[in-house]
Amino acid sequence: MGMTMTQKILAEHAGLESVKAGQLIKVKVDMVLGNDITTPVAVKEFEKIGVNKVFDINKIAIVPDHFTPNKDIKSAEQVKMIREFSKKMGIVNFFEVGQMGVEHALLPEKGLVVAGDVVIGADSHTCTYGALGAFSTGVGSTDMAAGMATGETWFKVPEAIKFVLEGKPGKWVSGKDIILHIIGKIGVDGALYKSMEFTGEGLKYLSMDDRFSIANMAIEAGAKNGIFEVDDKTLAYIAEHSNKPYKVYKADEDAEYAEVYRIDLSTLRPTVAFPHLPENTRTIDEVGDIKIHQVVIGSCTNGRIEDLRVAAEVLKGKKVHPDVRCIIIPATQKIWKQAMNEGLFDIFVDAGAAVSTPTCGPCLGGHMGILAEGERAVATTNRNFVGRMGHPRSEVYLASPAVAAASAVAGKIVAPE
Amino acid sequence: MNVKGKVIKYGDNIDTDVIIPARYLNTSDPAELAKHCMEDLDKDFVNKVQAGDIVVAGKNFGCGSSREHAPIALKASGVSCVIADTFARIFYRNSINIGLPIVECPEAANDIEDGDEVSVDFDTGTIVNHTKGNIYKAAPFPEFLQELISSGGLIEYVKRQTDKS
Repeated sequence: MGMTMTQKILAEHAGLESVKAGQLIKVKVDMVLGNDITTPVAVKEFEKIGVNKVFDINKIAIVPDHFTPNKDIKSAEQVKMIREFSKKMGIVNFFEVGQMGVEHALLPEKGLVVAGDVVIGADSHTCTYGALGAFSTGVGSTDMAAGMATGETWFKVPEAIKFVLEGKPGKWVSGKDIILHIIGKIGVDGALYKSMEFTGEGLKYLSMDDRFSIANMAIEAGAKNGIFEVDDKTLAYIAEHSNKPYKVYKADEDAEYAEVYRIDLSTLRPTVAFPHLPENTRTIDEVGDIKIHQVVIGSCTNGRIEDLRVAAEVLKGKKVHPDVRCIIIPATQKIWKQAMNEGLFDIFVDAGAAVSTPTCGPCLGGHMGILAEGERAVATTNRNFVGRMGHPRSEVYLASPAVAAASAVAGKIVAPE
Repeated sequence: MNVKGKVIKYGDNIDTDVIIPARYLNTSDPAELAKHCMEDLDKDFVNKVQAGDIVVAGKNFGCGSSREHAPIALKASGVSCVIADTFARIFYRNSINIGLPIVECPEAANDIEDGDEVSVDFDTGTIVNHTKGNIYKAAPFPEFLQELISSGGLIEYVKRQTDKS
């Protein structure tokens, strides 16, 4: 029986000819990732194992991005601890403020993940790298610790749901709208324990930034990973960013899928997820009159250069509504500099938006834009759970950068058209 | 291994942001995390939870963030076991890794009510509802996971493996 793309990658990393869904396997990992929230716990667990070195100083990435630049003393202590650990172990890829970016935008940009890799990260959005044709999945701190010590981890081989993307999306329909549409369709546990495999002729209309957004939110459907078939765009991205050897895996013709969905991208509309679950989606035409107090454009889902360009296109020559705070967070230093050089910051600042240094910040209610009781935000982030961006009685509406920017101007959720 | 306790019941899609809000993640101290466990969903949880209590919930328990602080907070609150219809996969891994017993059993998750007295026998996968007099059967863990659990979690397991080599 044939294997899915994910199964092929896992089989090779387990040193097996083939694997099948449900099988428990031990695999070698190509990268182990952690951030300022999860790594401190991982370091404590690592120390219990009793080894005095990590398995490979080049295959670990530690990115303090959640509460950084450190928002308070406790956060500073946590980063201090992981900084010292990284130095002591000789970990090459520790990214200090100034080089740091939101981890899942940073690792691909730095060329640390390529097609065919197996990546585990102590951050649920580690699934982002599936956009590159890698198997990558979120784990906890203890798995990170064991991964750092041994270079291995265990997995139950997942079955997969195939999404065949067809047709050309409209001008204002982005990767974010596609993944919100899919989560709305299958639910927040629609892909529980499974892979989401993206293929089809519609892929050619999706930029790498679109694909990163889509793979990023696979976890919001409960998936173990999201993964894209590799094409010329993927290979061009890898060639531009990385010197690492890569390997292209393709699903077997006779691979079995738990389900197959065909999605005509040309029929999709900009989509918004209402509180308090990413599956509560409505098209922009169905949102009604929702007044807002804040807009956040950034995060590992939508803080990349194309996201900022779209936001600038919408905000150009306009003013942010007087009742709205609009906070724009380029996801990495490179994106920040690029946005500055392209003149996007002039547009943002002239419109009355604030531009921040890279951080996850408000996405998880950390800092840089916390909501008060009763406040509503439109955010290009990935979760709208109760209390996610602040007060338990605040609300987050998930949307694309275009919808977020248009809403910032209107003071309510509106279409970018 | 057996546990017995009073049930605190919740619904579907209990996410890790409500189990332990991110605003408290500037520490990883279990006792500190336990003070804020379930705060945004059920302010009363920290007052009513007793050592040994069992949390029962619906689908997709522990969805969202990979924060291990979530099962750590539940465990440090005194929760002896979580029974759910289904678990989000990272939470499932994390719980096994840190030694918070969990059981996936749709029948039990559906039938058990808040306040019921329940016991769980992990070796046989048998769940007994003493209040209602009902018995439910969960599928046993796969062999590898049983080995992980009986080692005392992932770190102890890895220690044994590295000691051998």
